[in-house]
Amino acid sequence: MDDLIAEIEPMIPALRRYARGLLHDAIGADDLVQDCLERVIAHWHRRRNDDARAWVFTILHNLAINRLRQASHRGQHLAFEDINEDVLAHRPTQEDGLARSEIMSAVNKLPEEQRSVLLLISVEDLSYAQVAQVLAIPIGTVMSRLSRGRERLRQILQNPTAFNTRAGSHLRRVK
Amino acid sequence: MTDSPITEDDLHAYVDGVLNDTRRAEVTAYLEKHPEIADRIQSYSVQRAALRSGFDPIAEEPIPTKLNLRHMIDAPRQNRASSWRAVAAAVVLLFVGGSGGWYMHDMVASPSEGVAALAKEASDSFATYASDTQRPVEVRADNMVQLVDWATERMGRKPILPDLSKSGYRLMGGRVVSTPHGAGLMLMYDNDQGTRLVMLTRPMAVDQNRTMVPHSEGKVDGWTWASNGMGYSLVGSLPSDALHPLANDIRRQGMEPV
Repeated sequence: MDDLIAEIEPMIPALRRYARGLLHDAIGADDLVQDCLERVIAHWHRRRNDDARAWVFTILHNLAINRLRQASHRGQHLAFEDINEDVLAHRPTQEDGLARSEIMSAVNKLPEEQRSVLLLISVEDLSYAQVAQVLAIPIGTVMSRLSRGRERLRQILQNPTAFNTRAGSHLRRVK
Repeated sequence: MTDSPITEDDLHAYVDGVLNDTRRAEVTAYLEKHPEIADRIQSYSVQRAALRSGFDPIAEEPIPTKLNLRHMIDAPRQNRASSWRAVAAAVVLLFVGGSGGWYMHDMVASPSEGVAALAKEASDSFATYASDTQRPVEVRADNMVQLVDWATERMGRKPILPDLSKSGYRLMGGRVVSTPHGAGLMLMYDNDQGTRLVMLTRPMAVDQNRTMVPHSEGKVDGWTWASNGMGYSLVGSLPSDALHPLANDIRRQGMEPV
């Protein structure tokens, strides 16, 4: 189990970050990471995937998607007021030129399938091939979701009020 | 230089810094010739940096104890059921064991959080609104659909409107109230003697499931609990013993599928 700790422990901050990006609810996100780690411990010696990082993110992503589906099935709202207020309080920095509150609320307006690709690539630094593995989709689909996600995010940031409802796939087009 | 035309994929790989040197030089040259596309790609790079700095503080938080791998490996498997499974088990237990087996979350909340905070908020609502002779409720009970829609929109969860008529209490109506933990729904009931009760319900971030506890503040008594992420607090100027069966009734109605 020492190899497990050595490989998995450094990933935990990133797993929490990704879970929070998908679920918005800090407690729910940590529950999800806990569930994920339990599975990792239970299946560690039987895993077929050599890429531990992609394997663990796959487990976490699938758990998150199940959770989101359950929630939408019950018509339950997933709170996104839960974004850490400290995060929102920060002013834009020279380098990024965008207030954190702006980017955080904009990314929440993306459909889930674009949001997960964007977070895995831009924030978690997974390679395109790893993302294809995690989401079980062809790499071409990863690229087209990345492209649509980035473009949509750009439009939302340009004109936030046009996208005020957070709708899965019903975002209004600006043009 | 290669001859292959620049693709949209190349542009994203450029943003993500994963092109080889040759291709990167080609994309750079291309962008210099196409300022409009360069603007778009520049804004993707800004996005990428902003996303990272926006999400990074989460990764810098200390790891909660429940995510400590060493504890998880040492702990017996059955102790590691995640909370939602435990909740499901508790719901089953509740039905099997009648009023027995209520699940108690092993989370210690500070007084400003969780059910302790909710109890305080309910007492405050009671103090403000139950004594109001002008307009104790904003939406009257004959407009229940509007009340439910309003509360659902503000809280993000559909509330229940418990029926206490068997105990002689009639729903007067309610209003959305502000709490330090977001919007809540206050419902007010009265009986034929004009005794008023207030029930406050709101989504819970802390204490998502919590066994029922009594509390008392001056002449106002109450019972507060949480179930499946929603908190409930029933308060009134009644003895605690008289409120308890009403609170139990509300809790039971909250368990029924809506």
